[in-house]
Amino acid sequence: MPLQSLDIVRRSATTLPSPEVRGAHTGQVAKLIDTTKCIGCKACQVACMEWNDLRDAIGSCTGHYDNPPDLSENSWTLMRFTEYENPKGDLEWLIRKDGCMHCADPGCLNACPSPGAIVQYANGIVDFQEENCIGCGYCITGCPFDVPRISKQDKKAYKCTLCSDRVAVGLEPACVKSCPTGAIVFGTKEDMTQHAEERIVDLKSRGFEQAGLYDPAGVGGTHVMYVLHHADQPMLYSGLPDKPRISPTVSLWKGITKPLALFAIVATAAVGFLHYIGVGPNETDERDEDAARRELEKTP
Amino acid sequence: MSLQPADRIERYRAPVRITHWIVAISFVLVAVSGLALFHPAMFWLTNLFGGGPWTRILHPFIGCFMAAAFALLGVRFWRDNAMQQSDWMWLRKFNDVANNREQNLPEVGRYNGGQKLLFFVIIVCLTCLFLSGIAIWRQYFSEYFAVDLVRFGSLLHAFFGIVLICAIVVHIYAAIWVKGSIRAMTRGWVTPGWAWKHHRAWFREVTKGIQQR
Repeated sequence: MPLQSLDIVRRSATTLPSPEVRGAHTGQVAKLIDTTKCIGCKACQVACMEWNDLRDAIGSCTGHYDNPPDLSENSWTLMRFTEYENPKGDLEWLIRKDGCMHCADPGCLNACPSPGAIVQYANGIVDFQEENCIGCGYCITGCPFDVPRISKQDKKAYKCTLCSDRVAVGLEPACVKSCPTGAIVFGTKEDMTQHAEERIVDLKSRGFEQAGLYDPAGVGGTHVMYVLHHADQPMLYSGLPDKPRISPTVSLWKGITKPLALFAIVATAAVGFLHYIGVGPNETDERDEDAARRELEKTP
Repeated sequence: MSLQPADRIERYRAPVRITHWIVAISFVLVAVSGLALFHPAMFWLTNLFGGGPWTRILHPFIGCFMAAAFALLGVRFWRDNAMQQSDWMWLRKFNDVANNREQNLPEVGRYNGGQKLLFFVIIVCLTCLFLSGIAIWRQYFSEYFAVDLVRFGSLLHAFFGIVLICAIVVHIYAAIWVKGSIRAMTRGWVTPGWAWKHHRAWFREVTKGIQQR
């Protein structure tokens, strides 16, 4: 790590505590993305590129507004556009700024086999430490939101850092700073939840009966939250998972399998050792050689 | 099968022995690197391979190499490993096997029931490890598989890896336990007494021609 962090509450593939004397005493942070205020200008994408010095390859038009077509190691955030025809027959343009959700219980961190390649800070930010990344891609396997990407160039995993470098010195993330409509706001998780509630009351008064906050409990809540007009159907927003959680397969793989496997190997070896001590080796002696010789002689 | 000078019976010819040890060495490398990536408590083993990224790069290649080398052994051993009725009987008398009471066991051919069982366990494990390994080989193949399949592949890969490691621990212990086995795979020959005691049907089969000559 280039700068020492004293606020690491979780560290991948590590059992003992990391330096965590500095807490988040003013509250954990959250970014609130209000999809109902988003106009799809992509200023957030540009700000992300600028602050993080990322330049994705110039692609080609794929027939929709998403540009680039997908998240990549160079595009840590992306506006995803959906044309939704509501039951009244009206067109709704649903735009969702995609990127890392900074889960309280991160699937990537659970799956990562490399000590310290993924950390979670006391303020809630989940950050990749690429110098410890081995490029296995288990974070992609573990993520319920399909966010991390492995660079084709250096084979390291990348994703949104929630501008941990900016937040650490009291600034808001670059995307938040650039948003012209105030659709992206940043503050403590408590404040953002409260702000979202006000927004939802307003939206309901305007006829969006199902407006709500997306802060999925299945992953312990997230530090990037959405206000959705249709919180009952998050899938409308370019496949935002309805009830995301760490896949049970991943939990099994990274949970009970690990100690059981070690136990099985050690137990097998121990049984062998005890057998050798208890029963002893199976040796061939002179009597066996004699018996073999007799057998050879009597054969016609 | 020719009898060696006076008291030696050839059990494994040089090409088989060499292939066996190629498989054995690759197994140790692939198992150690696999354990390093499987359990954080063993991540330090990545140091043996030049660090985490090198371990991640090398592991699948060593695995494929091992599977290919084992395929050569598998083809050669296939015919002698067909399970017979007597092999199941041998396995059922596990207690006599474990207590070195060979006089109570049915006569054994070139391989006993345990060896045959191990042979098929290895084949099943290697097949499943290879197939699941392809799906979780992020650098080249994972993008062609749905993420749920990759997740399932990861779990299967870990499971069959552990089963294989346990099976090989048993295999190694059996070689230490039954004296004379290691020499069979290093030098290639066994004594007539060894063959008579552990693989009597095979002993009769290989000595038949010698008597006639």
